Amino acid sequence: MSKRLVLSGLVAALLCGVAGFWLLTAPSVWHAVRGSVPVATGPARLENGQTLFWAGGCASCHATPDQDDRLRLGGGRALPTPFGTFRVPNLSSDTRDGIGAWSELTFIAAMREGVSPDGRHYYPAFPYTSYALMNDQDLVDLLAFLKTLPPVSGRIADHDLPFPFSFRRGLGLWKWLNLGGVSYQPQTGQSDLWNRGAYLVNGPGHCAECHSPRDVMGGIRTPLRLSGGPDPEGGAGYIPNLTSHPSGLAKWTAEDVAEFLKTGFTPDFDSAGGSMASVIKNMGHLEDADRMAIATYLKSLPPLPSNKPAKKTP
Amino acid sequence: MLKITMKNTALMLLAGTVLALPLLSSSVSAQNDPIASRKAVMKSVGGAMRDPGQMMRGQAPFDLAKVKASLETFVEASGKMSALYPKGSETGGETTASPKIWEAKADFDARLVKFGADAKEALGSITDEASFKANFPKVGQNCGSCHETYRIEKK
Repeated sequence: MSKRLVLSGLVAALLCGVAGFWLLTAPSVWHAVRGSVPVATGPARLENGQTLFWAGGCASCHATPDQDDRLRLGGGRALPTPFGTFRVPNLSSDTRDGIGAWSELTFIAAMREGVSPDGRHYYPAFPYTSYALMNDQDLVDLLAFLKTLPPVSGRIADHDLPFPFSFRRGLGLWKWLNLGGVSYQPQTGQSDLWNRGAYLVNGPGHCAECHSPRDVMGGIRTPLRLSGGPDPEGGAGYIPNLTSHPSGLAKWTAEDVAEFLKTGFTPDFDSAGGSMASVIKNMGHLEDADRMAIATYLKSLPPLPSNKPAKKTP
Repeated sequence: MLKITMKNTALMLLAGTVLALPLLSSSVSAQNDPIASRKAVMKSVGGAMRDPGQMMRGQAPFDLAKVKASLETFVEASGKMSALYPKGSETGGETTASPKIWEAKADFDARLVKFGADAKEALGSITDEASFKANFPKVGQNCGSCHETYRIEKK
């Protein structure tokens, strides 16, 4: 074999590799394989959109920092994580800097497929792996509600991530591993309350995003879902186990869970801190029935031991 | 029957002293150990939240005297708290105090003042079950709103 033949073989292999990577990581290819065409939806129901806004915790990340109005969604909060610092974008109704000009299809692509209006992958710090479970009508309702909120001008700077995490295109591979693409399908053997809870917890509520351990790629370890995990926002703490294991919610009644989501007080009258206190501020806006649905679903989870590292003895 | 003799008395005194020693030493260390002290004060607040909390949830009958006792505890605790976060007590003792406390001590202190003021106001405004249900949640909300910024998850 001539040297020239070997060289051209290598070049061909390299080109195939590059082309393969390009195809594999293309948002459009993911969409063609796993995506769905949104089904025709009815007119937007603002009240339902508002419920989903609070269930989805949008304000916890997107509200302008250092002010008290949780409906002012200018973004700008910095999220320090093990992968780098993410900067939360503007979610207000501003047509230039926010989402005021977004169509329903654009919004559904963002929430279900993690794709931006200009066709790029979003980082999963935006928890679209959970939001993907939301149904089309709910997404349409949520967008309509978001558009009723005040516009805030100001585009937020891009994330501050080191290589290789700065390479957005690579997220295409991550999505094949971690993004399902099918909205929540109610389980027939379960009550409406349980199904509503499963939807709220795993879909809009995105509880598993913090309350689960993750693998080295940053994907949720599915068999250990909701059994607690290290703080994904980079804190030193451990996010609690939500299954009915003694290290989790075994001693809590469903009423205790619902009450906690409303007031932030545990059955021992300790009061939630950190990000969970912010979550309570959202959950407090839900109807009692929705909090009870969440509680019913969580209390039905099979017990899984927490992976919390043993405390170091001094 | 036990005769009260010199020997018995001495023994009892000795036993009493031995029993009291850990109590004494813990209270002494609490004074020198702001982390242990503020944990104790926080625990007193959590403990005082139980009675009114159960009344709010309908798990216990309304009892004005107990509500007032709890509110008094909140007022007292809110006054003690600020001094228990001196510089140098940022870490150790499994503290769940956020480093943000020392970055924004004035805001932290202002929240403690507000907590005390809200509890004091509730002492005046709560006179029966209806006014309790209407006014108590406002006091309790201070816990979460302060913890959101200034408390971190346990390791």
